[in-house]
Amino acid sequence: MAQHTVTSYDQELESLGRKIAEMGGIAEKMLSDAMDALSGLDVDLAQSVVISDGRLDLLQRDVEAASIMTIARRQPMAVDLREIVAAIRVSGDLERVGDLAKNIAKRAILIAGEQRVPRAVIGLRHMNELAANQLKDVLDAYAERDVERAQAVWTRDAELDALENSIFRDLLTHMMEDPRNISFCTHLLFCSKNIERVGDHTTNIAETVFYLVTGGTMPLDRPKARPGASLAAPVEAQDEP
Amino acid sequence: MTHDAEPVTTAAPPRPAADQDRANKIAVRDLKFFYGDTLALKGVSLNLEANKVTAFIGPSGCGKSTLLRVLNRMYDLYPRQRAEGQVLLDGENILDPKTDLNLLRARIGMVFQKPTPFPMSIYDNIAFGIKLYEKVSKSELDGRVETALKGSALWPEVKDKLGASGLSLSGGQQQRLCIARTVALKPDVILLDEPCSALDPISTARVEELIDELKGQYTIAIVTHNMQQAARCSDYTAFMYLGELVEFADTHHIFTSPTQKQTQQYITGRFG
Repeated sequence: MAQHTVTSYDQELESLGRKIAEMGGIAEKMLSDAMDALSGLDVDLAQSVVISDGRLDLLQRDVEAASIMTIARRQPMAVDLREIVAAIRVSGDLERVGDLAKNIAKRAILIAGEQRVPRAVIGLRHMNELAANQLKDVLDAYAERDVERAQAVWTRDAELDALENSIFRDLLTHMMEDPRNISFCTHLLFCSKNIERVGDHTTNIAETVFYLVTGGTMPLDRPKARPGASLAAPVEAQDEP
Repeated sequence: MTHDAEPVTTAAPPRPAADQDRANKIAVRDLKFFYGDTLALKGVSLNLEANKVTAFIGPSGCGKSTLLRVLNRMYDLYPRQRAEGQVLLDGENILDPKTDLNLLRARIGMVFQKPTPFPMSIYDNIAFGIKLYEKVSKSELDGRVETALKGSALWPEVKDKLGASGLSLSGGQQQRLCIARTVALKPDVILLDEPCSALDPISTARVEELIDELKGQYTIAIVTHNMQQAARCSDYTAFMYLGELVEFADTHHIFTSPTQKQTQQYITGRFG
Protein backbone atom coordinates (compact mmCIF):
# COMPACT_ATOMS: atom_id res chain seq x y z
CA MET A 1 0.00 0.00 0.00
CA ALA A 2 1.25 3.45 -0.89
CA GLN A 3 2.29 5.93 1.76
CA HIS A 4 -0.10 8.50 3.14
CA THR A 5 0.31 12.04 1.90
CA VAL A 6 0.71 12.97 5.57
CA THR A 7 3.83 11.16 6.79
CA SER A 8 3.01 11.40 10.48
CA TYR A 9 -0.14 9.37 9.81
CA ASP A 10 2.01 6.49 8.59
CA GLN A 11 4.21 6.87 11.64
CA GLU A 12 1.21 6.64 13.95
CA LEU A 13 0.03 3.44 12.30
CA GLU A 14 3.53 1.96 12.33
CA SER A 15 3.89 2.75 16.00
CA LEU A 16 0.60 0.94 16.69
CA GLY A 17 1.90 -2.07 14.78
CA ARG A 18 5.12 -2.08 16.80
CA LYS A 19 3.24 -1.97 20.09
CA ILE A 20 1.06 -4.91 19.05
CA ALA A 21 4.17 -6.86 18.03
CA GLU A 22 5.72 -6.21 21.44
CA MET A 23 2.51 -7.28 23.17
CA GLY A 24 2.45 -10.46 21.10
CA GLY A 25 6.01 -11.28 22.10
CA ILE A 26 5.29 -10.72 25.79
CA ALA A 27 2.06 -12.77 25.71
CA GLU A 28 3.81 -15.68 23.99
CA LYS A 29 6.64 -15.68 26.50
CA MET A 30 4.24 -15.44 29.44
CA LEU A 31 2.29 -18.42 28.19
CA SER A 32 5.31 -20.69 27.74
CA ASP A 33 6.95 -19.50 30.96
CA ALA A 34 3.74 -20.11 32.90
CA MET A 35 3.65 -23.70 31.65
CA ASP A 36 7.36 -24.21 32.40
CA ALA A 37 6.74 -22.89 35.88
CA LEU A 38 3.80 -25.25 36.32
CA SER A 39 5.56 -28.38 35.15
CA GLY A 40 8.91 -27.48 36.72
CA LEU A 41 7.42 -26.25 40.01
CA ASP A 42 9.45 -23.10 39.48
CA VAL A 43 8.07 -20.42 41.77
CA ASP A 44 10.57 -17.76 40.65
CA LEU A 45 9.67 -18.20 37.00
CA ALA A 46 5.97 -18.10 37.91
CA GLN A 47 6.48 -14.85 39.76
CA SER A 48 8.26 -13.31 36.79
CA VAL A 49 5.23 -14.19 34.66
CA VAL A 50 2.97 -12.39 37.14
CA ILE A 51 5.21 -9.34 36.98
CA SER A 52 5.39 -9.16 33.18
CA ASP A 53 1.61 -8.94 33.00
CA GLY A 54 1.91 -5.32 34.16
CA ARG A 55 3.88 -4.39 31.04
CA LEU A 56 1.23 -6.02 28.85
CA ASP A 57 -1.55 -4.07 30.55
CA LEU A 58 0.35 -0.83 30.07
CA LEU A 59 0.93 -1.53 26.40
CA GLN A 60 -2.72 -2.31 25.88
CA ARG A 61 -3.67 1.05 27.36
CA ASP A 62 -1.10 2.67 25.13
CA VAL A 63 -2.54 1.04 22.03
CA GLU A 64 -6.04 2.09 23.00
CA ALA A 65 -5.08 5.68 23.72
CA ALA A 66 -3.04 5.97 20.52
CA SER A 67 -5.88 4.43 18.48
CA ILE A 68 -8.44 6.82 19.90
CA MET A 69 -6.11 9.73 19.23
CA THR A 70 -5.58 8.66 15.63
CA ILE A 71 -9.32 8.28 15.09
CA ALA A 72 -9.89 11.76 16.50
CA ARG A 73 -7.06 13.33 14.53
CA ARG A 74 -7.26 11.57 11.16
CA GLN A 75 -10.81 10.28 10.78
CA PRO A 76 -9.42 7.11 9.24
CA MET A 77 -11.27 5.45 6.39
CA ALA A 78 -11.40 1.97 4.87
CA VAL A 79 -8.19 -0.02 5.43
CA ASP A 80 -6.83 2.53 7.90
CA LEU A 81 -10.00 2.37 9.94
CA ARG A 82 -9.87 -1.41 9.92
CA GLU A 83 -6.21 -1.27 10.91
CA ILE A 84 -7.04 0.76 13.99
CA VAL A 85 -10.09 -1.27 14.94
CA ALA A 86 -7.94 -4.37 14.55
CA ALA A 87 -5.21 -2.91 16.78
CA ILE A 88 -7.75 -2.20 19.52
CA ARG A 89 -9.22 -5.69 19.27
CA VAL A 90 -5.93 -7.57 19.05
CA SER A 91 -4.41 -5.67 21.95
CA GLY A 92 -7.50 -6.53 24.01
CA ASP A 93 -7.15 -10.21 23.15
CA LEU A 94 -3.43 -10.24 23.91
CA GLU A 95 -4.02 -8.53 27.22
CA ARG A 96 -6.49 -11.29 28.10
CA VAL A 97 -4.00 -13.97 27.02
CA GLY A 98 -1.58 -12.35 29.45
CA ASP A 99 -4.17 -12.51 32.23
CA LEU A 100 -4.77 -16.20 31.56
CA ALA A 101 -1.04 -16.94 31.57
CA LYS A 102 -0.74 -15.01 34.81
CA ASN A 103 -3.53 -17.11 36.28
CA ILE A 104 -1.69 -20.30 35.33
CA ALA A 105 1.47 -18.88 36.93
CA LYS A 106 -0.40 -18.10 40.14
CA ARG A 107 -1.73 -21.63 40.28
CA ALA A 108 1.80 -22.90 39.68
CA ILE A 109 2.87 -21.01 42.79
CA LEU A 110 -0.05 -22.50 44.77
CA ILE A 111 0.58 -26.12 43.83
CA ALA A 112 4.37 -25.97 43.78
CA GLY A 113 4.43 -27.59 47.24
CA GLU A 114 2.48 -30.69 46.25
CA GLN A 115 3.42 -32.25 42.96
CA ARG A 116 1.04 -35.23 43.15
CA VAL A 117 0.42 -36.65 39.66
CA PRO A 118 3.29 -35.56 37.43
CA ARG A 119 1.87 -37.37 34.39
CA ALA A 120 -1.28 -35.26 34.62
CA VAL A 121 0.82 -32.23 33.71
CA ILE A 122 2.09 -33.88 30.51
CA GLY A 123 -1.23 -33.60 28.70
CA LEU A 124 -1.57 -30.02 29.86
CA ARG A 125 1.89 -29.25 28.55
CA HIS A 126 0.96 -30.68 25.18
CA MET A 127 -2.18 -28.58 25.12
CA ASN A 128 -0.20 -25.49 26.00
CA GLU A 129 2.27 -26.13 23.18
CA LEU A 130 -0.58 -26.34 20.75
CA ALA A 131 -2.07 -23.10 22.08
CA ALA A 132 1.32 -21.39 21.92
CA ASN A 133 1.81 -22.50 18.32
CA GLN A 134 -1.61 -21.25 17.43
CA LEU A 135 -0.86 -17.91 19.06
CA LYS A 136 2.45 -17.63 17.23
CA ASP A 137 0.80 -18.49 13.91
CA VAL A 138 -1.97 -15.97 14.33
CA LEU A 139 0.48 -13.23 15.31
CA ASP A 140 2.50 -14.02 12.18
CA ALA A 141 -0.72 -13.93 10.16
CA TYR A 142 -1.48 -10.55 11.69
CA ALA A 143 1.99 -9.20 10.97
CA GLU A 144 1.91 -10.44 7.39
CA ARG A 145 -1.78 -9.74 6.76
CA ASP A 146 -2.10 -13.40 5.78
CA VAL A 147 -5.76 -14.38 5.63
CA GLU A 148 -5.20 -18.02 4.74
CA ARG A 149 -2.93 -18.55 7.67
CA ALA A 150 -5.42 -16.85 9.96
CA GLN A 151 -8.19 -19.10 8.66
CA ALA A 152 -6.04 -22.17 9.27
CA VAL A 153 -5.51 -21.10 12.88
CA TRP A 154 -9.22 -20.50 13.25
CA THR A 155 -10.07 -23.99 12.03
CA ARG A 156 -7.38 -25.69 14.11
CA ASP A 157 -8.82 -24.37 17.36
CA ALA A 158 -11.13 -27.40 17.33
CA GLU A 159 -8.08 -29.54 18.20
CA LEU A 160 -7.54 -27.49 21.32
CA ASP A 161 -11.14 -27.98 22.37
CA ALA A 162 -10.82 -31.72 21.83
CA LEU A 163 -7.65 -31.80 23.87
CA GLU A 164 -9.34 -29.95 26.70
CA ASN A 165 -12.02 -32.63 26.74
CA SER A 166 -9.53 -35.43 26.98
CA ILE A 167 -7.57 -33.65 29.73
CA PHE A 168 -10.80 -33.19 31.63
CA ARG A 169 -11.47 -36.90 31.53
CA ASP A 170 -7.90 -37.66 32.49
CA LEU A 171 -7.96 -35.34 35.49
CA LEU A 172 -11.34 -36.65 36.57
CA THR A 173 -9.96 -40.16 36.52
CA HIS A 174 -7.04 -39.11 38.72
CA MET A 175 -9.44 -37.48 41.15
CA MET A 176 -11.64 -40.55 41.31
CA GLU A 177 -8.65 -42.80 41.84
CA ASP A 178 -7.43 -40.84 44.86
CA PRO A 179 -9.37 -38.01 46.50
CA ARG A 180 -6.08 -36.51 47.74
CA ASN A 181 -5.47 -35.56 44.11
CA ILE A 182 -8.57 -33.42 43.98
CA SER A 183 -7.05 -30.10 44.99
CA PHE A 184 -4.05 -30.49 42.71
CA CYS A 185 -6.08 -31.72 39.76
CA THR A 186 -8.68 -29.00 40.16
CA HIS A 187 -5.95 -26.43 39.79
CA LEU A 188 -4.81 -28.19 36.63
CA LEU A 189 -8.39 -28.26 35.43
CA PHE A 190 -8.56 -24.49 35.74
CA CYS A 191 -5.25 -24.26 33.91
CA SER A 192 -6.59 -26.31 31.02
CA LYS A 193 -9.63 -24.06 30.92
CA ASN A 194 -7.30 -21.06 30.78
CA ILE A 195 -5.36 -22.57 27.89
CA GLU A 196 -8.59 -23.33 26.09
CA ARG A 197 -9.54 -19.67 26.46
CA VAL A 198 -6.16 -18.60 25.13
CA GLY A 199 -7.26 -20.55 22.07
CA ASP A 200 -10.49 -18.57 21.95
CA HIS A 201 -8.60 -15.29 22.00
CA THR A 202 -6.36 -16.67 19.28
CA THR A 203 -9.37 -17.36 17.09
CA ASN A 204 -10.63 -13.86 17.86
CA ILE A 205 -7.36 -12.51 16.52
CA ALA A 206 -7.71 -14.75 13.45
CA GLU A 207 -11.16 -13.27 12.85
CA THR A 208 -9.72 -9.79 13.27
CA VAL A 209 -7.00 -10.52 10.69
CA PHE A 210 -9.70 -11.69 8.30
CA TYR A 211 -11.65 -8.48 8.86
CA LEU A 212 -8.54 -6.33 8.62
CA VAL A 213 -7.55 -7.74 5.25
CA THR A 214 -10.90 -8.38 3.59
CA GLY A 215 -13.30 -6.01 5.34
CA GLY A 216 -15.66 -8.98 5.74
CA THR A 217 -16.42 -11.27 8.64
CA MET A 218 -15.86 -14.97 9.13
CA PRO A 219 -18.80 -17.32 9.61
CA LEU A 220 -20.27 -17.19 13.10
CA ASP A 221 -19.80 -20.88 13.87
CA ARG A 222 -16.44 -22.51 14.14
CA PRO A 223 -16.17 -26.22 13.35
CA LYS A 224 -16.26 -28.22 16.57
CA ALA A 225 -13.98 -31.21 17.01
CA ARG A 226 -16.52 -33.73 18.13
CA PRO A 227 -20.04 -32.42 18.23
CA GLY A 228 -21.96 -33.98 21.04
CA ALA A 229 -18.84 -35.14 22.90
CA SER A 230 -19.96 -34.85 26.46
CA LEU A 231 -17.74 -33.57 29.22
CA ALA A 232 -19.45 -36.03 31.53
CA ALA A 233 -18.25 -39.01 29.53
CA PRO A 234 -16.10 -40.63 32.22
CA VAL A 235 -19.06 -40.67 34.59
CA GLU A 236 -21.24 -42.20 31.92
CA ALA A 237 -18.62 -44.85 31.36
CA GLN A 238 -19.07 -45.88 34.97
CA ASP A 239 -22.74 -46.46 34.44
CA GLU A 240 -22.07 -49.09 31.83
CA PRO A 241 -22.57 -52.66 32.96
CA MET B 1 -5.91 6.32 -16.96
CA THR B 2 -4.00 4.21 -14.53
CA HIS B 3 -6.73 1.68 -13.99
CA ASP B 4 -8.44 -0.55 -16.47
CA ALA B 5 -11.06 -2.11 -14.28
CA GLU B 6 -14.73 -1.60 -14.99
CA PRO B 7 -16.50 0.62 -12.51
CA VAL B 8 -17.91 -1.48 -9.73
CA THR B 9 -21.52 -0.77 -9.00
CA THR B 10 -22.80 -2.71 -6.08
CA ALA B 11 -25.20 -0.03 -4.92
CA ALA B 12 -28.54 -0.92 -6.38
CA PRO B 13 -29.62 -4.50 -5.97
CA PRO B 14 -31.39 -5.86 -9.03
CA ARG B 15 -35.07 -5.01 -9.08
CA PRO B 16 -37.93 -5.83 -11.40
CA ALA B 17 -37.92 -3.51 -14.41
CA ALA B 18 -41.15 -1.72 -13.49
CA ASP B 19 -39.83 -1.00 -10.04
CA GLN B 20 -36.54 0.23 -11.34
CA ASP B 21 -37.95 3.25 -13.12
CA ARG B 22 -39.71 4.39 -10.02
CA ALA B 23 -36.70 3.86 -7.79
CA ASN B 24 -34.26 5.61 -10.09
CA LYS B 25 -35.11 9.29 -10.30
CA ILE B 26 -32.25 9.97 -12.65
CA ALA B 27 -30.50 7.50 -14.90
CA VAL B 28 -27.24 8.65 -16.49
CA ARG B 29 -26.31 6.57 -19.53
CA ASP B 30 -22.87 6.67 -21.14
CA LEU B 31 -22.52 10.39 -20.54
CA LYS B 32 -19.65 12.15 -22.27
CA PHE B 33 -18.96 15.82 -21.74
CA PHE B 34 -16.75 18.18 -23.69
CA TYR B 35 -15.24 21.52 -22.75
CA GLY B 36 -14.36 22.55 -26.27
CA ASP B 37 -12.18 19.64 -27.39
CA THR B 38 -11.41 18.42 -23.91
CA LEU B 39 -13.23 15.29 -22.88
CA ALA B 40 -14.16 15.83 -19.21
CA LEU B 41 -16.55 12.92 -18.71
CA LYS B 42 -15.59 9.71 -20.47
CA GLY B 43 -18.84 7.79 -20.64
CA VAL B 44 -20.32 7.78 -17.16
CA SER B 45 -23.33 5.62 -16.31
CA LEU B 46 -25.08 5.56 -12.96
CA ASN B 47 -28.47 5.89 -11.31
CA LEU B 48 -29.64 8.35 -8.71
CA GLU B 49 -32.17 6.57 -6.57
CA ALA B 50 -35.25 8.52 -5.51
CA ASN B 51 -35.32 9.84 -1.96
CA LYS B 52 -31.70 8.91 -1.42
CA VAL B 53 -28.59 10.99 -1.10
CA THR B 54 -25.86 10.19 -3.58
CA ALA B 55 -22.44 11.69 -2.90
CA PHE B 56 -19.79 12.34 -5.53
CA ILE B 57 -16.20 12.34 -4.36
CA GLY B 58 -12.88 12.51 -6.15
CA PRO B 59 -9.87 14.78 -6.55
CA SER B 60 -10.18 18.18 -8.19
CA GLY B 61 -10.78 17.94 -11.89
CA CYS B 62 -12.23 14.44 -11.77
CA GLY B 63 -15.49 15.56 -13.35
CA LYS B 64 -17.85 15.39 -10.38
CA SER B 65 -18.95 19.03 -10.58
CA THR B 66 -19.19 18.72 -14.35
CA LEU B 67 -21.53 15.78 -13.92
CA LEU B 68 -23.67 17.79 -11.53
CA ARG B 69 -23.79 20.69 -13.98
CA VAL B 70 -25.03 18.36 -16.70
CA LEU B 71 -27.89 17.13 -14.56
CA ASN B 72 -29.72 20.46 -14.84
CA ARG B 73 -28.02 21.56 -18.06
CA MET B 74 -26.25 24.40 -16.32
CA TYR B 75 -23.52 24.03 -18.94
CA ASP B 76 -25.94 25.35 -21.57
CA LEU B 77 -25.13 28.82 -20.30
CA TYR B 78 -21.61 28.51 -21.65
CA PRO B 79 -20.39 28.31 -25.24
CA ARG B 80 -18.43 25.35 -26.60
CA GLN B 81 -19.62 22.98 -23.96
CA ARG B 82 -21.64 19.94 -24.92
CA ALA B 83 -22.86 16.64 -23.54
CA GLU B 84 -23.39 13.30 -25.28
CA GLY B 85 -25.26 10.29 -24.00
CA GLN B 86 -28.45 10.28 -22.00
CA VAL B 87 -29.64 11.70 -18.72
CA LEU B 88 -33.08 10.30 -18.00
CA LEU B 89 -35.20 12.16 -15.50
CA ASP B 90 -38.19 9.93 -14.79
CA GLY B 91 -37.43 8.25 -18.09
CA GLU B 92 -37.19 11.40 -20.19
CA ASN B 93 -33.91 12.43 -21.70
CA ILE B 94 -33.16 15.94 -20.47
CA LEU B 95 -30.29 16.32 -22.94
CA ASP B 96 -32.94 16.47 -25.65
CA PRO B 97 -32.72 19.96 -27.26
CA LYS B 98 -36.49 20.30 -26.92
CA THR B 99 -36.28 20.20 -23.12
CA ASP B 100 -37.67 23.35 -21.51
CA LEU B 101 -34.66 24.50 -19.50
CA ASN B 102 -36.55 26.78 -17.13
CA LEU B 103 -38.91 23.99 -16.24
CA LEU B 104 -36.01 21.57 -15.93
CA ARG B 105 -34.17 23.84 -13.54
CA ALA B 106 -37.32 24.23 -11.49
CA ARG B 107 -37.50 20.46 -11.23
CA ILE B 108 -33.79 20.03 -10.57
CA GLY B 109 -32.61 22.74 -8.20
CA MET B 110 -29.00 23.52 -7.52
CA VAL B 111 -27.08 25.01 -4.60
CA PHE B 112 -23.54 26.19 -5.15
CA GLN B 113 -20.32 26.23 -3.18
CA LYS B 114 -20.56 29.89 -2.28
CA PRO B 115 -23.88 31.12 -0.98
CA THR B 116 -25.52 33.16 -3.74
CA PRO B 117 -28.47 35.02 -2.26
CA PHE B 118 -30.08 37.62 -4.52
CA PRO B 119 -29.46 41.21 -3.41
CA MET B 120 -33.00 41.52 -2.15
CA SER B 121 -34.95 40.81 1.02
CA ILE B 122 -35.02 37.37 2.59
CA TYR B 123 -38.67 37.12 1.69
CA ASP B 124 -38.11 38.06 -1.94
CA ASN B 125 -35.17 35.72 -2.27
CA ILE B 126 -37.67 32.90 -1.89
CA ALA B 127 -40.72 34.51 -3.47
CA PHE B 128 -38.84 35.52 -6.61
CA GLY B 129 -38.50 32.01 -7.94
CA ILE B 130 -42.03 31.02 -7.06
CA LYS B 131 -43.50 34.08 -8.82
CA LEU B 132 -41.41 33.23 -11.85
CA TYR B 133 -43.03 29.86 -12.37
CA GLU B 134 -46.43 30.12 -10.77
CA LYS B 135 -49.28 32.54 -10.25
CA VAL B 136 -50.01 32.58 -6.55
CA SER B 137 -51.95 34.87 -4.24
CA LYS B 138 -50.13 36.98 -1.65
CA SER B 139 -51.35 34.81 1.21
CA GLU B 140 -50.37 31.62 -0.58
CA LEU B 141 -46.98 33.14 -1.35
CA ASP B 142 -46.51 33.99 2.33
CA GLY B 143 -47.29 30.40 3.15
CA ARG B 144 -44.86 29.05 0.57
CA VAL B 145 -42.06 31.31 1.82
CA GLU B 146 -42.67 30.23 5.39
CA THR B 147 -42.77 26.54 4.45
CA ALA B 148 -39.55 26.85 2.48
CA LEU B 149 -37.78 28.64 5.32
CA LYS B 150 -39.04 26.09 7.80
CA GLY B 151 -38.01 23.32 5.43
CA SER B 152 -34.48 24.62 5.40
CA ALA B 153 -34.44 25.15 9.16
CA LEU B 154 -33.95 28.89 8.81
CA TRP B 155 -37.40 30.05 9.90
CA PRO B 156 -36.74 30.58 13.64
CA GLU B 157 -33.71 32.70 12.84
CA VAL B 158 -35.30 34.99 10.23
CA LYS B 159 -39.04 35.03 10.90
CA ASP B 160 -38.85 38.48 12.50
CA LYS B 161 -36.74 40.05 9.78
CA LEU B 162 -38.08 38.78 6.48
CA GLY B 163 -37.63 42.28 5.03
CA ALA B 164 -33.91 42.36 5.77
CA SER B 165 -31.50 41.82 2.93
CA GLY B 166 -30.50 38.25 2.19
CA LEU B 167 -26.92 39.48 2.16
CA SER B 168 -27.16 40.54 5.82
CA LEU B 169 -27.28 36.91 6.92
CA SER B 170 -24.25 34.91 8.00
CA GLY B 171 -22.60 32.58 5.48
CA GLY B 172 -24.29 29.52 6.91
CA GLN B 173 -27.67 31.26 6.97
CA GLN B 174 -27.17 32.48 3.40
CA GLN B 175 -26.49 28.93 2.29
CA ARG B 176 -29.62 27.68 4.01
CA LEU B 177 -31.51 30.57 2.38
CA CYS B 178 -30.28 29.32 -0.98
CA ILE B 179 -31.46 25.82 -0.10
CA ALA B 180 -34.82 27.29 0.96
CA ARG B 181 -34.99 29.11 -2.37
CA THR B 182 -34.44 25.81 -4.15
CA VAL B 183 -36.91 23.93 -1.98
CA ALA B 184 -39.58 26.61 -2.52
CA LEU B 185 -39.95 25.57 -6.16
CA LYS B 186 -40.85 22.04 -5.02
CA PRO B 187 -38.20 20.41 -7.19
CA ASP B 188 -37.80 16.67 -7.64
CA VAL B 189 -34.05 16.71 -7.34
CA ILE B 190 -31.65 18.92 -5.41
CA LEU B 191 -28.05 19.20 -6.55
CA LEU B 192 -25.57 20.43 -3.97
CA ASP B 193 -22.14 21.44 -5.25
CA GLU B 194 -19.87 21.54 -2.20
CA PRO B 195 -22.56 23.29 -0.18
CA CYS B 196 -20.52 23.40 3.03
CA SER B 197 -17.02 24.19 1.86
CA ALA B 198 -17.35 27.86 2.81
CA LEU B 199 -19.16 27.22 6.09
CA ASP B 200 -18.06 26.86 9.71
CA PRO B 201 -18.61 23.50 11.47
CA ILE B 202 -21.89 24.49 13.12
CA SER B 203 -23.41 25.78 9.89
CA THR B 204 -22.11 22.64 8.19
CA ALA B 205 -23.83 20.50 10.79
CA ARG B 206 -27.08 22.43 10.22
CA VAL B 207 -26.86 21.90 6.45
CA GLU B 208 -26.13 18.21 6.97
CA GLU B 209 -29.11 17.93 9.29
CA LEU B 210 -31.13 19.63 6.59
CA ILE B 211 -29.96 17.18 3.93
CA ASP B 212 -31.12 14.37 6.16
CA GLU B 213 -34.55 15.93 6.54
CA LEU B 214 -34.91 16.84 2.88
CA LYS B 215 -34.16 13.41 1.49
CA GLY B 216 -37.58 12.23 2.60
CA GLN B 217 -39.09 14.40 -0.12
CA TYR B 218 -36.33 14.92 -2.65
CA THR B 219 -33.63 13.07 -4.48
CA ILE B 220 -30.32 14.60 -3.56
CA ALA B 221 -26.91 14.62 -5.23
CA ILE B 222 -24.04 16.18 -3.37
CA VAL B 223 -20.51 16.90 -4.51
CA THR B 224 -18.12 17.20 -1.62
CA HIS B 225 -14.41 17.32 -0.93
CA ASN B 226 -15.09 16.41 2.65
CA MET B 227 -14.98 12.63 2.77
CA GLN B 228 -16.38 12.47 6.27
CA GLN B 229 -19.31 14.52 5.04
CA ALA B 230 -19.94 12.07 2.23
CA ALA B 231 -19.70 9.23 4.72
CA ARG B 232 -22.13 10.95 7.11
CA CYS B 233 -24.76 12.26 4.73
CA SER B 234 -25.08 9.93 1.80
CA ASP B 235 -26.67 6.59 1.05
CA TYR B 236 -24.60 5.96 -2.04
CA THR B 237 -21.18 7.22 -2.97
CA ALA B 238 -19.60 7.56 -6.39
CA PHE B 239 -15.85 7.90 -6.63
CA MET B 240 -14.70 9.59 -9.83
CA TYR B 241 -11.25 10.02 -11.22
CA LEU B 242 -10.09 11.67 -14.45
CA GLY B 243 -13.57 11.81 -15.92
CA GLU B 244 -14.47 8.23 -15.16
CA LEU B 245 -16.66 6.61 -12.57
CA VAL B 246 -14.25 4.33 -10.73
CA GLU B 247 -16.56 2.93 -8.11
CA PHE B 248 -20.19 3.43 -7.22
CA ALA B 249 -21.64 1.62 -4.24
CA ASP B 250 -23.31 1.86 -0.86
CA THR B 251 -21.62 4.57 1.15
CA HIS B 252 -21.03 2.03 3.88
CA HIS B 253 -19.16 -0.16 1.43
CA ILE B 254 -17.07 2.64 -0.08
CA PHE B 255 -15.80 3.92 3.24
CA THR B 256 -15.16 0.63 5.01
CA SER B 257 -14.02 -1.74 2.30
CA PRO B 258 -13.91 -0.25 -1.17
CA THR B 259 -13.33 -2.68 -4.00
CA GLN B 260 -11.10 -0.56 -6.21
CA LYS B 261 -7.53 0.22 -5.25
CA GLN B 262 -7.86 3.83 -6.38
CA THR B 263 -10.91 4.41 -4.22
CA GLN B 264 -9.03 2.94 -1.30
CA GLN B 265 -6.04 5.18 -1.91
CA TYR B 266 -8.14 8.29 -2.32
CA ILE B 267 -10.31 7.91 0.74
CA THR B 268 -7.40 6.95 2.97
CA GLY B 269 -5.33 9.95 1.91
CA ARG B 270 -2.71 8.08 -0.08
CA PHE B 271 -3.30 9.70 -3.42
CA GLY B 272 -0.68 10.89 -5.87
